[in-house]
Order: sequence, then C-alpha cells, then structure tokens
Amino acid sequence: SQHSAISSFSFFQQRIEIHKLRQGDNLILGFSIGGGIDQDPTQNPFSEDKTDKGIYVTRVTEGGPAEVAGLQIGDKIMQVNGWDMTMVTHDQARKRLTKRNEEVVRLLVTRQSLQKAVQQSMMS
Amino acid sequence: KIESLKVTVDFLKVPLGLKKPPLKEALAAVPGPGRPKPLGVERHKPRRSDTMDNESQYSGYSYKSGHSRSSRKHRDRRDRHRSKSRDGSRGDKSVTIQAPGEPLLDNESTRGDERDDNWGETTTVVTGTSEHSISHDDITRITKDMEDSAHLDCSRHLGVALAGALALLAFLTPLAFMLLPQLLWREELEPCGTPCEGLFISVAFKLLILLLGSWALFFRRPKAFFPRVFVFRALLMVLVFLLVVSYWLFYGVRILDSRERHYQGVVQYAVSLVDALLFVHYLAVVLLELRQLRPQFTLKAVRSADGASRFYNVGHLSIQRAAVWILENYYHDFPVYNPALLNLPKSVLSKKMSGFKVYSLGEVGFLLQVGTGRGAPPSPWGSPARGRALPRCSHICGSAPHRLVVAVEEAFTHIKRLQDEDQKNPREIMDPREAAQAIFASMARAMQKYLRTTKQQPYHTMESILQHLEFCITHDMTPKAFLERYLAAGPTIQYHKDRWLAKQWTLVSEEPVTNGLKDGVVFVLKRQDFSLVVSTKKIPFFKLSEEFVDPKSHKFIMRLQSETSV
Repeated sequence: SQHSAISSFSFFQQRIEIHKLRQGDNLILGFSIGGGIDQDPTQNPFSEDKTDKGIYVTRVTEGGPAEVAGLQIGDKIMQVNGWDMTMVTHDQARKRLTKRNEEVVRLLVTRQSLQKAVQQSMMS
Repeated sequence: KIESLKVTVDFLKVPLGLKKPPLKEALAAVPGPGRPKPLGVERHKPRRSDTMDNESQYSGYSYKSGHSRSSRKHRDRRDRHRSKSRDGSRGDKSVTIQAPGEPLLDNESTRGDERDDNWGETTTVVTGTSEHSISHDDITRITKDMEDSAHLDCSRHLGVALAGALALLAFLTPLAFMLLPQLLWREELEPCGTPCEGLFISVAFKLLILLLGSWALFFRRPKAFFPRVFVFRALLMVLVFLLVVSYWLFYGVRILDSRERHYQGVVQYAVSLVDALLFVHYLAVVLLELRQLRPQFTLKAVRSADGASRFYNVGHLSIQRAAVWILENYYHDFPVYNPALLNLPKSVLSKKMSGFKVYSLGEVGFLLQVGTGRGAPPSPWGSPARGRALPRCSHICGSAPHRLVVAVEEAFTHIKRLQDEDQKNPREIMDPREAAQAIFASMARAMQKYLRTTKQQPYHTMESILQHLEFCITHDMTPKAFLERYLAAGPTIQYHKDRWLAKQWTLVSEEPVTNGLKDGVVFVLKRQDFSLVVSTKKIPFFKLSEEFVDPKSHKFIMRLQSETSV
C-alpha cells in the first residue's frame, strides 16, 4: 500500500486496494461498514466527532481480502473507486462497494491512529 | 306514436328471424324421423308474424304456459295466481312482443345457446314439444312432487291443527276454572270483593298479553317445511299439555269434587295457571328465538357448479333449521346460477346424462332439452377446439357494455318529467308505461346484443325489461341505475319467481336432521342441477388478554446504526 500524507486540514489518508474474493455466486470484501447520512452518528464508536455521518469500518474478517490489503477496524472510508463516501446513505455505500462487475476496489481511508502517528513523527 | 313503435319493433324482429344456424346444427345431430316436422312448423312462422296478429303469437305461448302450469300445479299449491299470465294480459297494446326466451319447463338446466337467437320471435319448435311430450325427468319430477306434497300436506296440517287445539285449550282453561264454580254452586260461594276483582283484572290482562305474545311468536306463516318434526316445538307442546292436564286434575279433585267455597282461592288457582303459561311462553321465546342468535358456528356454503362460496355465522341450530337459514341467505347472496356462463361447449350441454331417454316420436326439438345440466358434466374445461364461447366473448364482451351504456343514456335523454308550468298537449303527456315503451325501441337492440353475449338472455324477458324501465322512469333513476341490474349477475331473488325454484331443494345429511350443529358436520342442499355443500366449523374460543398502553409512552428515535457486511 502506498502511504501518502496530505497535510492540509489534518487529513491523513491511505489508499487501500482490495481484491474481491469469490465465494460461490458472490464477491466478498471481508469487512463490515456502518454509518451514513441516514443513520444516527452518535452511536458510532469509532468517530471522534459525533456528528460525523461518514462510513466507517466496523469489523474486519480475519484472513479476508480486506485484512490482507491492510484495512483496519475504525477506518473511515472517504472514497471508493473515485466515488465519494462522505455524504452517502448506508445503502448507497453498500451498493458502491458491492458492484458485481468490479473485482478490485480502491479505497481512500483515513484513520485516527494514522493521524496520530504522523502528528507524532512531525513533532519528534 | 304507438303505430310508429310497432313498425320499429317489426323491423327488429325480421333480421333475427333469419338466423338459424345453432338450431339447425342441433337438429342435424338428431335422428332422421323427427326432422321434417320442426321445419314445417318453422315455415308457418313468417306467415304469422306478417299479420302481426297478437292472438296467433300468444297461442304458441299459451301452449307452453299451459303445460308448465299443469306440471307445476302439484308443486305450487300455495301460489294464488300464476304470474305467467301477466304477459298475455298486455295483448291489447300491440307494442309488446312476446318474448319466448322464457324457460319452458321449470328447471334451470337451460338450453343456453340454442336460445340465443330466439329472443324477439316465437320459437315454435320448442313450444310444439311441450304440448306433446314430456321428458322422463319431468315424469319422475311430477310424481315425486305429487307424493311429496301430498305427504307433507297431511303431516303439516296435522301438526298445526294439534298445536292450535292445544293453544285454545290452554287459553280457555283459566276462564273455565273461574267460571265453573260460579255456574255450578254459586249460592254456596263466599263473597269475594276487592281481591277477586284485582285478580280478575290481572287475569284479563295476562291473558291478553299471552294472546299477543303467542300471536307474535307462533302465528306466522312458516317459512319452510321441515322434513322432520321440530324438536323444540314438540317439546313445548308436550310441556303445555302436561301443565294443563295436571292443573285440570288438581282442579277436578280439589275443587269440583269438594265444591270448594273459598272463591278467592279458586281465582288465585286460575291466575297461577296463567302465570305458568306466561313462563312457558318465555321459555318458548328463549328456545325458539334467542338461543340461535348468539353465533356459535361458521357455516361455509359452496355451490358445486361454479364454486361460489359464502360464510355465515349461526347459533345453535338443528341441521334442518341451519339448512333453511342457508337457503334464505342463498337467495340474496349468491349470484344467480347461470349454466351458460360456465362456458361449457355445446356438445357437452346437449349430451344426455341420465340413463335413458324418453322419446315422443315425431318431436325433435325435445332432444334439445333432454339431459342438459343433469348431474355433473364430464369435464368442465372443454378443449379450446370444442369450446367456442370463451374466445369470442373476450373481444365482444369488452365493448358491449359500453355500447349498451351509451345507448341507454341516449335513450334516457328523450324523456323528461312533466313540470307543472309546461304547457303541453294532452296527447303528448304519457304515463310511465308509455314513456318506457317510447324509449325502449332505441335501446332494444343494444340491450339484446349485450344480453346475448353475456348469456343472461334466459333471465330477462322483454316484458321484464320494460317493467324495470317503467320502474326506473317513475323513480327518476339515471341510466346507470337502470343498468345495474343487467351489468352484473344479481342474486337469485332479484329475478322472476320462476327462477327461484324454491320447492326443489333436498336436504342430504349423514346425521339425523334434527341433530344440532356440531363442529365438522357436513350437509348438502341438493337441487336438480347443482348442490350447495355446507360445512360447519366451530367459532374459535378467543382468549383475550389485556395490555395497558400509557399514552405518554409513544416516543421515537432515529434508527440505530446498521451494520452491513460486504
């Protein structure tokens, strides 16, 4: 995975490329998402700002394609294959991740740990 | 106006007279010897219609009605006048045409398709049949009806007479109790002043109440004749009999023999009998009327011919009473049985179902009515090659109602109710009947076509349509209200009495018919051409529990985070 740190507005983002795994008739990515503009943001355990209605990774299957690609629990997904995920409903997010004719999804994610790591490295 | 209508009506008749194919193909299917005759009869027809002589038209009809009248005489003892004569009475107005779409014999097994082209002309073939021959089924039916009705009459009258005598006895007994001492040993009686007078008044009023109550409860025209004795009524009669007899016994021993002096006691004795009778009357009300009102069972009635079904809730009833209840509801809930609508192919309809045929040599038209609808047809779903009615109907039936509605609406615009301020010639003012006849001609064609395509022809004669039109005009109904009777098949009771066939039902049951209804009881109400299968189910026992909801407890939040795995 490539590390690129965009320092404007304290955004620390990582690009993750996941190759979908075929299981029977389905292509699975191996993680679960939560959030969306139609959901209740105060219930989100991973967000720092409790008004953030973005899409977060709530679970990563062990040994699944997402874990292999480096996705971690608590990541906020900003883009999927170029599509914005910060202002979508839960169902729209699901649909964009599970398009049947795509074998690879490229995610743009941000995570707090990443943010903290960069801050620490900058301070030190 | 009437002359012009006559001409229009003539005009309507003539093209119809040319259409013969269905009749001919049926005739072709029939053995040889009978064939020449109906054709010969048909040839007479144009001559008759040319003269437009009402008498000759009605002659054919009167043969028909004469026969059916005789066969029905045995069944319809209670009908005061045969309403079939209603059409003959209008002979003076030459506008009305005899509609031979009337059912010939009193059965619903119709010759549907053969009658399609007959409306508006005299069908001499079929009338010829009815004068000279009767089918085997007719014979069995007539004899059965004769013996059945004879048997029922006897037992029915006996029951009523017995009940009447008992009631009279019970009513007069208290009076007798009070009068006999006065008549027999008046001088020895103790004088009895105010208490006795009070008792006399109370006896008088109680007897009056008893009389009114009995009249309300018992003296009603019976709605049906049950095959078996009505258990509760018999029970009550026995009770009353025992009561009266025991009172008389005591009276005879204690009062008559010993010449009781204490008159007040005698009067009180009589009053106690009246009280007891009132309580028996109360018991009768509860047993006969109230017990059946609370619903206990749900009856499902399914018509075997086309599957029309209904559910009814009834209380505790015996099987025979439940059967009568179902029949009463059948006549206004179920759409009328129209075998033509079952879309049976003509070959199936004309096939003879019963074991053998009774021929009258020389009569061919007879075969057309034999065996129609008897028992179950072999296969309701004819192959598309044979069944001809359905595919053709689908594109006609769609447009026919619309055309009919347009024609009727247009016809109704020709009529206007006379307002007082209109100054009109007395010659132009019409009564409803004339108004109906005036506008009928313009919609007759559309109506006839529509009825033919929906196979309702046997149910509506021209006369009945005219009467209905007159009725609608009198009550200022719109065309749509006039048409509601024709656009949908109504319940049986809406049609003429001849269609009711109310005397033909037979109750078939595995259990004795005086048994009460229980869960799972099945009985069948059979008629000639179809039957109603009734099954019973107990209404379930409901266990209702209570839950209190605080009005302040209605609160809402946004939906929780949902988690989807991808």
